[in-house]
Amino acid sequence: MSYKYHPHTPDEVSRMLDLIGVSSLDELYSEIPEELKLHRELNIPSAMSEVEVRQELQRLSDCNRPLVCFAGAGAYDHYTPSVIPYIASRSEFLTSYTPYQAEISQGTLQYIFEYQTLMADLTGMDISNASMYDGATATAEAMMMCVAAAKKRRKVLVASTFAPNVLRVVETYAKFHGVELVKLAVKEGVTDRSDLESRLAAGDVAGVIVAQPNYYGVVEDFTGFADLCHANKALFVMNTRASALPVLKSPGEWGADIACGDAQSLGLPLNYGGPYIGYLCTTKALVRKMPGRLVGATVDADGKRCFVLTMQAREQHIRREKATSNICTAQGVMCLYVAAYLSLMGPKGMQEVCGLSYGGAHYLHDRLLATGQFEEVCPAPFFDEFALRYKGDADALLRACAQQGYLAGVKAEGTTDVLLFAVTEKRSREEIETLTEIIKEFGN
Amino acid sequence: MNNTYYGKLIFELSTPGRVGYSLPRNQFPEHSLSELPENLRRSQKTILPETDELTVVRHYTNMSNNNFGVDTGFYPLGSCTMKYNPKINEEAASMPAFTALHPLQPAETVQGALEVYYNVQTILSEIAGLSEFTLNPFAGAHGELTGLMVIRSYHAARGDLKRTKIIVPDSAHGTNPASAAVCGLQIVQVKSTPDGTVDVEDLKPLLGDDIAGMMMTNPNTLGIFEKKIPAIAELVHGCGGLMYYDGANLNPMLGVCRPGDMGFDVMHINLHKTFSTPHGGGGPGSGPVGVRKGLEAYLPNPQVERRSDGTFALRDGAEALGSVSAFLGNYGIVLRAYVYLLTLGKENIPMAGKLSVLNANYIKESLKEYYKLPIEGVCKHEFVFDGLKDEYAGEHDDPMHVTTLDVAKRLLDYGFHAPTIYFPLLFHEAMMIEPTETESKETLDEFIDVMKRIALEAGKDKALLKNAPHHTPVRRLDDVRAVKDANFTYKDLCHAEC
Repeated sequence: MSYKYHPHTPDEVSRMLDLIGVSSLDELYSEIPEELKLHRELNIPSAMSEVEVRQELQRLSDCNRPLVCFAGAGAYDHYTPSVIPYIASRSEFLTSYTPYQAEISQGTLQYIFEYQTLMADLTGMDISNASMYDGATATAEAMMMCVAAAKKRRKVLVASTFAPNVLRVVETYAKFHGVELVKLAVKEGVTDRSDLESRLAAGDVAGVIVAQPNYYGVVEDFTGFADLCHANKALFVMNTRASALPVLKSPGEWGADIACGDAQSLGLPLNYGGPYIGYLCTTKALVRKMPGRLVGATVDADGKRCFVLTMQAREQHIRREKATSNICTAQGVMCLYVAAYLSLMGPKGMQEVCGLSYGGAHYLHDRLLATGQFEEVCPAPFFDEFALRYKGDADALLRACAQQGYLAGVKAEGTTDVLLFAVTEKRSREEIETLTEIIKEFGN
Repeated sequence: MNNTYYGKLIFELSTPGRVGYSLPRNQFPEHSLSELPENLRRSQKTILPETDELTVVRHYTNMSNNNFGVDTGFYPLGSCTMKYNPKINEEAASMPAFTALHPLQPAETVQGALEVYYNVQTILSEIAGLSEFTLNPFAGAHGELTGLMVIRSYHAARGDLKRTKIIVPDSAHGTNPASAAVCGLQIVQVKSTPDGTVDVEDLKPLLGDDIAGMMMTNPNTLGIFEKKIPAIAELVHGCGGLMYYDGANLNPMLGVCRPGDMGFDVMHINLHKTFSTPHGGGGPGSGPVGVRKGLEAYLPNPQVERRSDGTFALRDGAEALGSVSAFLGNYGIVLRAYVYLLTLGKENIPMAGKLSVLNANYIKESLKEYYKLPIEGVCKHEFVFDGLKDEYAGEHDDPMHVTTLDVAKRLLDYGFHAPTIYFPLLFHEAMMIEPTETESKETLDEFIDVMKRIALEAGKDKALLKNAPHHTPVRRLDDVRAVKDANFTYKDLCHAEC
């Protein structure tokens, strides 16, 4: 019975059983009715040695093909500094639990405090919680915050320009939570302000949620949106891509009450969709309606500044069914990723990341239009992601590019021919030229 | 871990002009950010620090030295299953052939990733005695919410729209009622008997055609196996409801007794508890949800299927409850759990459960002369003490009465993490201890010795315990001040100091 994760020797097991006063391990389960027990071996694979596990992982790896990534649509291939996985894999961080015992958890508490500071600052809001699962669930939580703050209103307006996979999550939460979610009309690729105005006038809207940049990469102009919302006692919620926050007008500057979204774009690996990290930031006025963990500063018995989980009266383990949400996760190590990333990049590095992504995306946009195989979808300002209509068979094009090692964007949901392209600082001019050549050749 | 407090924030290490990165030179002179219309651009400066690489590395390394993890020492946190997190799991999760995959890549380029997902869901189904799992939920509470959505979708599909209530035992984790509330269900609480199990007589009058289902853990939060589970399941099924199993306490049941065989219809598993993925200071976790035959269609989209030619593909089911994640959940965590499942295999998985029960009972029996044991008998993977015995703790109305909090804080001085305290709510001085199977007899013996020593200290020198901890990086914290000051960012702190 010797096994590397189970330190018990047979002699120890028998001595421990003696002390407990039972004669076998099975007797520890004697109160369980026999008919409930599984009287056979589990039908799952046999134990593998570490050598065999590595071989199996190599076999599976060989069935994957990472591609030169020109796709975004919610997951961005930014550069991860070598320092970050190294720090984040320190077992003092990685193998700890939620920092309930603050005296031996100052490391976790400090990096979460840094994370909160950084995200609140980037979004231009007062406070950030200690993070959420991902951008989609953070947006759903923001929607529930709107109805909780409004008390009697159950209607929330949402931009149709949202990424469909995020919208599906918000819609799912709305359906079960009893929120009436209404999609706002789109005009020329952006949220229609006059539709917003007329829907708010009904006086029954708890909140309005918009996306920046939107699914098609367009940087929308939200001038007057916050005032319209506030005049009608609705909260204004902005879902913004985190990596764009250092250069685009922040949710705070637009007058938002809640900022939410995914922070994967701050140097987190693609990881086939997760783990990522959602952020949720708000004003001090709304702190008691905010879901999730929150770290605050305090002092210890000697007067030393230190950090602790706080405002827990909002949370599920105290409030149970009256809690603001059921969240008890903070994305822990992913907060550390974000804090370390922003610390390394600093203000100058983030400007460069944004500048390179912007420059590369606009260069690719020019090159693709020059092939004559694409046309504009919406001629509006974009940041590092854009949509173009392909004049041929878009699926066949994506397949052809994948065969040559390129992920040439993704096909926009609900269309047959619109492709979404994203460019990060990792993409070189040479890769853009190669992609353009592959597309040209395919077109011929 | 060391006991010298570091305590600095990265903002305090910033020096204008320093950089901690290197990026490719600008190859795109044609375009620059200044092209963006002025009114769409940010005007506020950011607080981002300016630091060099070594400063950042030392900063976080020093910070980590003030942190306690499973690799540091014994972590008997009840209900959290703080077992060893194997390193081969981490090695696998950092393989570029997985980490570099974009979630929207064509299926033919991610067959290995999809196979892992499919295999994990298949193995979990067998372990749970259920038909199919989704691995999309991000955490245990997210799994609960997803599972309750499955239950509501099942009733809705049958046109049975009256079922808006869910039964939850008073001993349940706080997330159970909170998840039910988020899912739009009303909570009906069922009482516990003095032996800590569900009171079947109290349950009966609650049942009716408005009951969507019942949430339970088994063993429950006291570590007691609910022997009446077949009768409870029959009653709930009899009124048309479904049974939900909170997998927080699955560890002791591995390979011995399966939720599906106990009569449960829907459940979640915490991969970060039972299947050894790291807790990461609070996340990321993973909360797969499994269902019995007949409920598969309601699982959330996207779903992973194995096609007849042996390849794997994504699909969106028409009857699905909707989506709970933008992509396929915390894939990197699923990959770690797969490695654990392969490593243990069918031979060692049942042993994990049994040894976790052995360890819990060993501690319980060794300490019950010193600590109040409200429920006698064999426990499963965890158990609850109701504080120190009175001869050690002192009189309840004495301000120097030694509480569970004091014992927990004193444990930190001896290099152990504290148990879960003041939960479950059934006992005033609850101290919930879960050792897990990966701890050796020596470690348990050391812990037992220290717990006895603390009891004796309480008898002699109450101030020593009331003021504990003494040897940690910081001393006991002022929780009230944290709420009153409301300093949640470095900016708040700077304002407070000005």
